[in-house]
Amino acid sequence: MADIKKLVSMLKELDDLLTGCMRCGMCQAQCPVFAQTGRETDVTRGKLALLSGLSEEILKDPEEVNEKLQRCLLCGTCEANCPSGVKVTDIFLRARAILTGYLGLPPTQRLIFRRLLTNPKLMNNLLSLGSSLQGLFTKDADSVIGTSCARFNAPLIADRHFKKLASKSLHSQTPHKDTPSGKSGLRVAFFPGCVTDKVFPQVGQAVLKIMEHHQVGVFMPPNQACCGIPALSSGETEVFDNLVRQNLDLFAKGKWDYLITPCATCTATIHELWPKYYGDKMDAVRVKDLADKVMDVSQFLADVLKVAPKEAASPAKVAYHDPCHLRNTLKITAQPRQILAAGGKYAAAELPGGPSCCGSGGSFNIKHYKLSDVIGRKKAESIAATGAKIAATSCPACMLQISDMLSKSGHSIPVKHVVELYAETL
Amino acid sequence: MIRDALKNEFQRIVGKDNVMTEPAELHAYSYDSAVLDQTQPAIVVRPENSESLGQVVKLCNENGLKLTVRGAGTNLSGGTIPHPGGVVCLTTALDKVLEINEEDLYAVVQPGAVTAKFAAQVAAKGLLYPPDPGSQAVSTLGGNVAENAGGLRALKYGVTKDYVMGVDFFDVNGELIRSGGKTVKCVTGYNLAGLMVASEGTLGVFEKLILKLVPPPAAYKAMMAVFPDVMDASRAVAAIIANKIVPATLEFMDNFTIRTVENFRKAGLPVDAAAMLLIEVDGHPAQVEDDAAKVESICKENKAISVRVAKDDAERNAVWQARRDALPALARVKPTTVLEDATVPRSKIPAMMQALDRIAKKYDLTIGTFGHAGDGNLHPTILTDKRDQKEWHRVEAAIDAIFEEALALGGTLSGEHGIGLAKSKYLKNEYGVGAINYSRRMKSVLDPNNILNPGKILGPLLA
Ligand SMILES: Cc1cc2nc3c(=O)[nH]c(=O)nc-3n(C[C@H](O)[C@H](O)[C@H](O)COP(=O)(O)OP(=O)(O)OC[C@H]3O[C@@H](n4cnc5c(N)ncnc54)[C@H](O)[C@@H]3O)c2cc1C
Ligand code: SF4
Ligand code: SF4
Ligand code: SF4
Repeated sequence: MADIKKLVSMLKELDDLLTGCMRCGMCQAQCPVFAQTGRETDVTRGKLALLSGLSEEILKDPEEVNEKLQRCLLCGTCEANCPSGVKVTDIFLRARAILTGYLGLPPTQRLIFRRLLTNPKLMNNLLSLGSSLQGLFTKDADSVIGTSCARFNAPLIADRHFKKLASKSLHSQTPHKDTPSGKSGLRVAFFPGCVTDKVFPQVGQAVLKIMEHHQVGVFMPPNQACCGIPALSSGETEVFDNLVRQNLDLFAKGKWDYLITPCATCTATIHELWPKYYGDKMDAVRVKDLADKVMDVSQFLADVLKVAPKEAASPAKVAYHDPCHLRNTLKITAQPRQILAAGGKYAAAELPGGPSCCGSGGSFNIKHYKLSDVIGRKKAESIAATGAKIAATSCPACMLQISDMLSKSGHSIPVKHVVELYAETL
Repeated sequence: MIRDALKNEFQRIVGKDNVMTEPAELHAYSYDSAVLDQTQPAIVVRPENSESLGQVVKLCNENGLKLTVRGAGTNLSGGTIPHPGGVVCLTTALDKVLEINEEDLYAVVQPGAVTAKFAAQVAAKGLLYPPDPGSQAVSTLGGNVAENAGGLRALKYGVTKDYVMGVDFFDVNGELIRSGGKTVKCVTGYNLAGLMVASEGTLGVFEKLILKLVPPPAAYKAMMAVFPDVMDASRAVAAIIANKIVPATLEFMDNFTIRTVENFRKAGLPVDAAAMLLIEVDGHPAQVEDDAAKVESICKENKAISVRVAKDDAERNAVWQARRDALPALARVKPTTVLEDATVPRSKIPAMMQALDRIAKKYDLTIGTFGHAGDGNLHPTILTDKRDQKEWHRVEAAIDAIFEEALALGGTLSGEHGIGLAKSKYLKNEYGVGAINYSRRMKSVLDPNNILNPGKILGPLLA
């Protein structure tokens, strides 16, 4: 284990960011984790205080601080509402990188990150093998939502009602795409993201159908790497750099106007985190260029293509969940609702109690399943309370979580991506 | 360190999950919203029902453990910074609204209920709970009562104490003491409920609160008046009151705050103005029209450059957004934000503003001032960086000077933030030793082991 003095001096670099917190406690109104536990170590202010405590050597156990720090969804709600403008997610990501560097990741997790995540081909092969075997271990839970649960006692699956890996992933349905711009005069690069690719290929197909409809050319190169957020939020900065570089090289191979994704997390990661955390400063221009051009698919449709809502006589209500990374990080809330209504068939129904995190938060869901579960069930109840027969959102990771929660709470409400519903009307 | 046997006792009372002793957990309860040094407790407990709350108090007393009750920890005077090695008792699990009575206009709540959530439930029943501290989105009603919190509506509607009808609390022996009641009038016995208001956790631990509700006003109108000179703005405040108009809110912002807010929000605020008043009148529609017109002309008579009356809810919201932005905008200027609440008689606001100006120059500090002009409660906000030790010493000296000035003008140390640890050393300057001795004698009888939030308000007690 490295020298604790070194750790302290690295944490000191966060000092300027940390002192911005005036300890007003207003984040208690925002944090979904605190809402469940009422504990100061679970709210932003407490976690920031722990980091200060560690850097000032009042606290001496980095492991303990790290454990508390992991109890965060990185949903950014506190940051979006902090009176002092504290860069919370920035601090947490940097702190996680520092602490992971010091403590090291558990070996299996490290292996997954280093060997698998950075090797899209290997991962794809393994997962398609998994997809054909998964029927052996799982049984159907809710046929409307399309969830399954574990047949045997499996610790990682627990009592999750998960969406199965698609029998055919998007990249095996459509390995690549390179079409010229049509009437629109535009060409987009398409980054589906892992969850779309492996679990919801139909979301990717919907995007492709929509682009074809609006005569937008598509550049979708094969062997795309993950956007890197799982690595970054676990503090694996080297893996993150590796993934970003792979994607940079890949997308440099085509000419296009915008980079679009149907994944709120991917969009936010590419837009905000790639330029901020990519280690290779020589490559800053390429990263910035991509970050400037990335767009959530609804944002592209509404803002660039000017797809407008269509009046409908009696639109079906769709309960819309705002993904945190769109709402808090990118401030995109109007466009997905606009696209929902664009087909002239649906209208967004607002969730009682206003927008809130679904409780997924990537690996948070795995490490703190119980907490994730309570937060998610509240979300499921608020969706059910709208009386809508369909739920929709703009992030495949949220789709996974919400499907799990609705299925377990016994609400047979299918969960769709906004673009699926729009594509359906074309 | 807390002994294992005691830890087990606490676990038996509140359950294993609700006892915290890890260093990180203790560290997270070593501060509140005040800019003061941190101290750590030895144990943190989180009772989930009133029986266990009472038992926690009793156990502490029996073992001479110093007890600090903590709501949201948003107080600005160090009231929840624990005694070193003491016990912190959280009320976050005691957060239920037990009753909202629409016939008799009262509500019964647990102490950990969050102010804004409670106010929203009350509003949903067509009633109003007026106290609205700036921290209401997170502050607890127990904390509000213990600090006698005020808010934007205090001018017309009063502060928390005006809404406390009853407090059920545990004494140090863990005995539940009932006080006050559900009737509008109640003069049975000593006014123990009144004694609990502003007691900052030093006299008893609240178990339940009975709070008064009122019918909401039928109409309201907000406006923004801009002044070329602080004196003109202050004269306008005095004239509004002298004309027998009591606005619901009458807020003030100085030039520095206006500029900082404008920088932050770009809402088109008058950056050249020396001062701004944000005013809202409410009540019966006809009277609101009348009052609004009068306020407008009084402001103009007092040399207001412009008076903008909000035409609809969106414009009204824009007025209040400017006020809500004051703290966030100032807080972003420098790392450390010291928010004070020295309060003077309304007529002394101009003198206080001049004094603040002098103090800022003398100690070479940036001070933005905003606050509740209508009740003389200003928030001079010092922007600094605590890590700059030299400047920090000047900040401390400036704070001393601010309180000295407020008292010299016939004002008070605290309009709403309480005394806690931060201002206990000034207490004798306001009330003299007599009041302190009387209070100490009272406390020594009610809390002979001095376990209830020791050191707060009255300073360190001599054994
Ligand atoms: C951004 C910001 C804005 C603010 N605006 C205002 C404002 O406009 N007006 C205003 O008056 N204040 C304001 N405050 C100060 C603070 O929010 C209030 O004092 C509030 O009432 C504190 O509530 P709390 O739940 O956080 O109490 P805490 O800070 O947790 O506790 C405050 C005191 O109450 C005691 N206490 C808490 N619960 C109990 C109980 N059950 N029994 C006995 N004692 C108890 C504690 O021991 C402590 O002494 C503001 C603070 C911030 C950070
Ligand atoms: S809201 Fe912001 S400044 Fe206030 S305590 Fe939370 S992180 Fe700190
Ligand atoms: S990012 Fe979300 S989960 Fe994490 S501290 Fe902020 S509000 Fe809480
Ligand atoms: S953000 Fe999530 S879904 Fe999107 S690519 Fe990265 S890991 Fe996959």
